[in-house]
Amino acid sequence: MTNEAVILTQGLTKSYGNREAVRALNLSVGRNRITAFLGRNGAGKSTTIKVLLGMVRATAGGGTVLGKQITDKKANLDTRRRVAYVAEDKPLYGYMTVEQTISFARSFYSDWRTNVERQLLRDYELPTRQKIKQLSKGMRTKLALLLAFARRPELLILDEPSDGLDPVGIENLLQTLVAQSADGVTVFFSSHQIAEVERVADHVCILEKGGLVVDAPLDELRQSYRRIDLVFPFPAPEREFRISGVERIRTSGHQMSVLASRNAEALVERAHCLNAVSVEVAPVGLREIFLETVKEN
Amino acid sequence: MFYKLTPTTGQPLYLQLMQQVRHAAETGALRDGDQLPGIRTLAEELVVSPNTVAKAYCELEHEGLLELRQGLGAFVCVKRRTRSLENDVNLARRRIRDLIEQLREDGLLDAEIRRAFEAELLYAAEAVRKR
Repeated sequence: MTNEAVILTQGLTKSYGNREAVRALNLSVGRNRITAFLGRNGAGKSTTIKVLLGMVRATAGGGTVLGKQITDKKANLDTRRRVAYVAEDKPLYGYMTVEQTISFARSFYSDWRTNVERQLLRDYELPTRQKIKQLSKGMRTKLALLLAFARRPELLILDEPSDGLDPVGIENLLQTLVAQSADGVTVFFSSHQIAEVERVADHVCILEKGGLVVDAPLDELRQSYRRIDLVFPFPAPEREFRISGVERIRTSGHQMSVLASRNAEALVERAHCLNAVSVEVAPVGLREIFLETVKEN
Repeated sequence: MFYKLTPTTGQPLYLQLMQQVRHAAETGALRDGDQLPGIRTLAEELVVSPNTVAKAYCELEHEGLLELRQGLGAFVCVKRRTRSLENDVNLARRRIRDLIEQLREDGLLDAEIRRAFEAELLYAAEAVRKR
């Protein structure tokens, strides 16, 4: 695994009128990793992806995708050949059948893998003769995924790939993502399915109001985030616990609950020194980290 | 072999996988010369990043429990030292059982005992890591 960045932005900003959808974003996505891009609706995830792909022009700042400047129109074409992208709204031609759509896409890409196309067609149970406009949301998503997965790109960018999929479909999708990653494809995907992200991602970026609030390897988050629940024989001494790494403190009488992004050990030490009668340390899941970080802002 | 990784325990998945392989070797579920699934196969089966499996295999190779043969896969190599751990684990379980018995006699509820164990384990793990 190399540390080379396949996506790198500096001060990337995109404004629509007065509103900054993406705000001075410094994003770095490592090669050969699965990176999850999380954030609430309207946090700027889709805009970021569109700017990266040259579909929307940045207002300020810039960056590179696979080493090519995102603002360079010519380089952009080359990038698009090496990147497979599944858009949020899964745009497809409604009048085409599934079969026609696949052969249409196949004709554009030299990296198309017919064996993967056949395999996914079976796995996804897509009705080949049906028109796109008659497909359910889940089926549309599956078809859009097939069109991306049948290629052999260097980088796979997926915007909400699990949209409309049932649990079996999601499991299938994750397995395909893992297989792609094993083939050496770098994966960058946005999602609201936190439980799923927590299983497959190597790295997590959380976007809030156009800027990153979390950017860390998932293992690091797992090891460093702790919830520490304390009970004291006197009113909880909240001030004593305002040290670096403490993200949030809730107090109720003699009870105190501390969320720490690091320094859990020092906090436990301090609690013992202050004669806490009960000290409980628990790990914190990604869902809770997500909720706490986006709530704070 | 079956492995089960839990994403929410606060422990990296590669460490969980390492522990389960180690445990399987200690209990004899995995024997000397047994082949482990390929990185891709196991990653797809567990639905985790291939990097998770690769890291676990790599660390286990450093420990001497696995031998990675170019193009062939990962093979278990159980030395006598690993075997003796089986006895240590059995001994530890007996001591823990005695301790739990004693705590129950002191009037602690099982839930309280479990929480205390978990807090101490997490605390200890963090203290060790800092060193």
